[in-house]
Amino acid sequence: MTTLSLAKAINAGLRRSLTSDDRVMLMGEDVGALGGVFRVTDQLQAEFGRERVFDTPLAESGIIGTAIGLAMRGYRPVCEIQFDGFIYPAFDQIVSQLAKIHNRTDGAVTVPLTIRVPYGGGIGAVEHHSESPEAYFAHTAGLRVVSCSAADDAYGMIQQAIASDDPVLFFEPKRRYWDKQDVDLEGTPTLGLYDARVVIEGTDLTVVAYGPMVATALAAAREAATEGTSVEVIDLRSLSPIDFGTIERSVAKTGRLIVVHEAPVFLGLGAEIAARISERCFWMLESPVIRVGGYSTPYPPSKVEQYYLPDIDRVLDAVDRSLAVQ
Amino acid sequence: MSIASMEITGHTEAVALLPRAGGDLLPHPVFSAYVSDIGDAELVQMYTDLVVVRRIDAEATALQRQGELGLWAPMLGQEAAQVGSALALRKEDFVFASYREHAVAYLRGVDPTMILRFWRGSTHSGWNPYEVNMTTPAIVVGSQMLQAVGYGMGIRRDRSDDIAITYFGDGATSQGDFSEALGFAASFNAPVVFFCQNNQFAISAPVGVQATVPIVQRAAGFGIEGVQVDGNDVLAVLAVTRYAAERARNGDGPTFIEAVTYRMGPHTTSDDPTRYRDADELARWKERDPIDRLLRTLEHRGLATAEMLATAEAKASEFAASVRIGCLGTVEPAPESIFENVYAEPHSLLEEERVEFLAYHGIPDTKAAGQ
Repeated sequence: MTTLSLAKAINAGLRRSLTSDDRVMLMGEDVGALGGVFRVTDQLQAEFGRERVFDTPLAESGIIGTAIGLAMRGYRPVCEIQFDGFIYPAFDQIVSQLAKIHNRTDGAVTVPLTIRVPYGGGIGAVEHHSESPEAYFAHTAGLRVVSCSAADDAYGMIQQAIASDDPVLFFEPKRRYWDKQDVDLEGTPTLGLYDARVVIEGTDLTVVAYGPMVATALAAAREAATEGTSVEVIDLRSLSPIDFGTIERSVAKTGRLIVVHEAPVFLGLGAEIAARISERCFWMLESPVIRVGGYSTPYPPSKVEQYYLPDIDRVLDAVDRSLAVQ
Repeated sequence: MSIASMEITGHTEAVALLPRAGGDLLPHPVFSAYVSDIGDAELVQMYTDLVVVRRIDAEATALQRQGELGLWAPMLGQEAAQVGSALALRKEDFVFASYREHAVAYLRGVDPTMILRFWRGSTHSGWNPYEVNMTTPAIVVGSQMLQAVGYGMGIRRDRSDDIAITYFGDGATSQGDFSEALGFAASFNAPVVFFCQNNQFAISAPVGVQATVPIVQRAAGFGIEGVQVDGNDVLAVLAVTRYAAERARNGDGPTFIEAVTYRMGPHTTSDDPTRYRDADELARWKERDPIDRLLRTLEHRGLATAEMLATAEAKASEFAASVRIGCLGTVEPAPESIFENVYAEPHSLLEEERVEFLAYHGIPDTKAAGQ
């Protein structure tokens, strides 16, 4: 075991993919000599050369569009979009091209592309640096969307995403980049990329979270435990497809469900999960599914972002409201 | 707010080799050498290609009018730009097309019936891009150019002398992806030929809405060599594209070609050009018809024999008939095919929906593991 931050764990996963498959290449803004603004690609250009790890012009559509062409030529590009709020210039290339080429060509062309996106708030950043745009992409057929939450899991997940023959959007919770964990650098992942994970078991209530909110949910669960409430926390990991089976099994046990994400509640992942679980687990539910997330506002200035972002107290408030329904 | 002018001002010398009024080939200090191997037989073959593709195009328009196609984007008037450029390519080169490159597809070896199936609504594609090294229609204008550049970056990394060529129109040059593609191509010295068919219109908007200077001048700001060619001169287009392809193969990077031509028909069969252009303009361009242009050279050389013309006509009729038969004989996709090839690997939600769909429609499930 090696103790690594989330950023270093992803860096190690990228290094392993670059080592094991010479068709893998990293491209994006400032991913070369700088190692990315979060240093996730630190030293990789020095190790693998400028042909495999390279800076691109500052143009997100260009990054994804050219990566599609590279993939059609047989490469497996890993693109970095520097910040969540910068992904929109690439929207057409992702949603109308990348997502649809395999289907458009009746399966003749596969586009094994990974798009890494540091996302989410809580770092005191300026506008467009704190957003959670995952639902836009999860809504699009042809894309797969995953989010890591912690170093030990992210190391394997990034390698699985790169190995996928489908395009994968890989959302990285930027405020957790510096959180450290023990990572098994020799190990192989025990979970599939699209499996949810029960992080801690509980009996009274289920909290589903992903990305940056997993740590928040775990902290809330620990707090709830001091008051005698047993909370089960599920790290969703894959946002498209969603592992509903794991959530269903949990709800069958607890009868109560809260979904937490930073993205706006309205039409977010929580809405889909609430709807599906209501359909599938109607007679097992003890109370309505509750969603905790961002408001229907633009992401606010950082001095007030703590009022926008779900935190331990808002999760605990939801726990109280759920348990109040008998 | 109004556009400054509908006309593009400023002039560049469009390369031409076929004289408009017939006679000997026009000499050009650079480009004549690129078609020195083109003799009488090759010119006759090019003429035949032009006649065949125009006929396929006309047949497709007719099939649309008869309700067999949902839509068709005619290439009438642009045949020389497409045939000349496509003939400059090798089999290994890769074409990233827009949606009007029917003649290019034909010359890449695509069965014309398969071209029509896209417009019929029977498929999103029509052919396997890797079998002919040409993409299927890109409908979002300009989206294919960046992909061509990326493919070219891959070629370069492979140390191959293949090239990529991307086709687009004057309208596409207003897209952001156009500028990004030129920027990436220049930065990475990608072996890409940018082939712009300036057909004077983006649906109804004349080229003056897109640009105030000749389109070819856009290349210079990116450090890319630009060449303007008479797009209705099949020989000049061949020469210029060979030149650009040679530069790409030699590691000299991208070249930008503006082929000045004219869309003599509508944008698509849903369009009505009489609402936005006058008959005189169309008449002027009809005098510059690309097939007549080559025919005058053939006549000058005594090659336009009744037999040659009849042979070309017979081949065109043969293709038109086969396209019609193929179109009418289309086997439409099975309902459950909508679930196929959405992902390359199994997807739990899609599989669940597929099973529900089959049950709802009472279709037996013949697939072991759905994707």
